[in-house]
Amino acid sequence: MYSQGLLKQDTAAVESEEFLAAFQDRIDAEEKIEPNDRMPAAYRKTLVRQIGQHAHSEIVGMLPEGNWITRAPTLKRKAALLAKVQDEGGHGLYLYAAAETLGVSREKMTGELLAGTAKYSSIFNYPTLSWADIGAIGWLVDGAAIMNQIPLCRCSYGPYARAMIRICREESFHQRQGFEIMTRLSQGSSEQKSMAQDALDRWWWPSLMMFGPHDAASRHSEQSMKWKIKRFTNDSLRQKFIDAIVPQAEYLQLKIPDPELKWDPERNDGAGGYAHGPIDWDEFRRVLKGQGPMARERLRARREAWETGAWVREAALAHADKRDRQRAQVA
Amino acid sequence: MTDLMPIWEVFVRPRNGLAHKHVGSLHAGDEELALQAARDVYTRRNEGNSIWVVRSEHIAASDPDRAAENFQPSADKVYRHPTFYSVPDGVENL
Ligand SMILES: [Fe+2]
Ligand SMILES: [Fe+2]
Repeated sequence: MYSQGLLKQDTAAVESEEFLAAFQDRIDAEEKIEPNDRMPAAYRKTLVRQIGQHAHSEIVGMLPEGNWITRAPTLKRKAALLAKVQDEGGHGLYLYAAAETLGVSREKMTGELLAGTAKYSSIFNYPTLSWADIGAIGWLVDGAAIMNQIPLCRCSYGPYARAMIRICREESFHQRQGFEIMTRLSQGSSEQKSMAQDALDRWWWPSLMMFGPHDAASRHSEQSMKWKIKRFTNDSLRQKFIDAIVPQAEYLQLKIPDPELKWDPERNDGAGGYAHGPIDWDEFRRVLKGQGPMARERLRARREAWETGAWVREAALAHADKRDRQRAQVA
Repeated sequence: MTDLMPIWEVFVRPRNGLAHKHVGSLHAGDEELALQAARDVYTRRNEGNSIWVVRSEHIAASDPDRAAENFQPSADKVYRHPTFYSVPDGVENL
């Protein structure tokens, strides 16, 4: 979100013990780190990876929902879905811009996504089979995203935190429009009800996986917490999500597809919360690695968009160049 | 990949009477396209009524490593603040 001019500055630091301690002191004092500040290479690397994956997720995330824009059941639903998908595109842009302040170019990140070497959230490698999936995505997938994103508004890296504040402000309608779709379907005909239930059955477990591996298995968690890139652990956010969603599913009179789901008065330090059954992490890893037909389809769609849009980028640059030359002649 | 698309910094004025404020950046071929993209990306929800865009490479920034020498001297010049001076009891409008 800052200039290329600023990016030319060398912010690499000699990582002496004093430097690292002083950096940690700034973090502990809740001071934000800004683009030109000196920072440890690992801090920069962690952020580039995380923000890049986040940006790719927003962009690839436009595809499953985009699939239903032309088939939305009413004009109202179509307008809302179009606005939501447009928002996700904007989120991708804010995040790429935040990553660029760390010295990585947009072109490089896009290249990594298209080459299949960059990760994005595994949730977007599932297909959207019915209109109810659009409801379930807004309700569960955006719901889980919001849980993850709210603490990121206080991330120690200034440009990332500012991008997240914008994103969270825009996200709030996404979950509500999804829940509204689910409400309508669950109060409709028996066919509509079973569509809603089927969507919940398919999106529930992938949504829980959006919070990432269990704390004990999470490689990057501890250091990220220390640097205040992350504020809460994967498991605590997942717990918060489940506790919020279960009563909403009850309102919809839909059944969460987990036979082991039950109220546990011991959870949340005795305040109570829901216990859930085991998560299939093999599936998570398979989908994350991009195995399966949907993953290939997502990358195919992104490559096609990039390639068929190439002439627009070239024309824009050629036009700017021609005008610059014409102006130079006049002057 | 072809030529790099230049980066532009975007400033939005929320309403008349306020200054333009930096909101983010984007890539565009020229200022006209940058303004259009800025409108699409940064003002979708009544965020403002005026946009500035400026090529990022045209911004010069102070060096954060010299923040102490640049900005700390003002902290010990307390005589620049009205609270440094004593006002006798009973004297008003000062
Ligand atoms: Fe988003
Ligand atoms: Fe969203």
